[in-house]
Amino acid sequence: MTIDVAFLKSIPYFSVMSIAELENIKQSFSEKTVQRGEVILLEGESSDTLFFVADGVVKIFKTSAQGKEQILSIARLGEALNDIPIFDGGANPISAQALGPVTTYGIKKDKLLHLMQQYPQIALNTSKVLAVRMRQLVTLVEDLSFRHVLGRVAKILLNHAADGVGPRQHLTQQEMAAMAGTAREVVARSLKTLEEQGYIRMERHRIVVTDRKALEEIVEESS
Amino acid sequence: MTEMPVLNQKKCNQCGLCVSVCTCGAIIAVGNKITIVETEDCHWCTNCEAVCPTGALTCSFEIIIEEG
Repeated sequence: MTIDVAFLKSIPYFSVMSIAELENIKQSFSEKTVQRGEVILLEGESSDTLFFVADGVVKIFKTSAQGKEQILSIARLGEALNDIPIFDGGANPISAQALGPVTTYGIKKDKLLHLMQQYPQIALNTSKVLAVRMRQLVTLVEDLSFRHVLGRVAKILLNHAADGVGPRQHLTQQEMAAMAGTAREVVARSLKTLEEQGYIRMERHRIVVTDRKALEEIVEESS
Repeated sequence: MTEMPVLNQKKCNQCGLCVSVCTCGAIIAVGNKITIVETEDCHWCTNCEAVCPTGALTCSFEIIIEEG
């Protein structure tokens, strides 16, 4: 196992460190590879190791009491998976699952805190990373004013449904998100909710509105 | 012809993330080129679209209203 120092430098936490400094600290990291579907972190458990994505993509999600999964984001190269519990000492607020083969670099909490004392610039960069994360979460909270988003998504479906006369429109979830002023993950969750409630049916390459009146009522309620 | 996710090769940076998340073999790497393979095993999970960092992959939906 060889920790890639050039990759460590690309991680925002450590970007201000020189290659020589990173060479000094790289032995503090450990590499771990998991396969598709493996759970890297579980919501509610404690964390003593901070993980960064070194290869692959990781789904970050929460699970409701009813077992419903809410995807918060996709973690990509260089992103930390669990800095919140590492720094506040609490339990993991999220779960993390590999979407394909994933390699992570991990560093134990006590080693990270020691490095922060030794290299104060790491602490400064960490605070910037967390501030950016906080801003993203504030936006997500705003989007998750769920009733309003559901209404916007319902409206998009009604507005873009084929009328049998004009050309058939095709929309991606990303396009719907841009129209609704929200995130792709929120659109995906809205569609899932509408399907669970029996108002639409998700088919391969197609969304079938099975209860038009119900969608119109949702639009009406959210306006 | 089976509808498949659409790949814009001009936007594709060949990162291969889509290949790593595809569970049905619809997306493969042929040499250095990401290629869509027509298969009915594709159940439109849209994970490939979600992980693509450049927006090169799109999985669009036709929206229809079922009368009655």
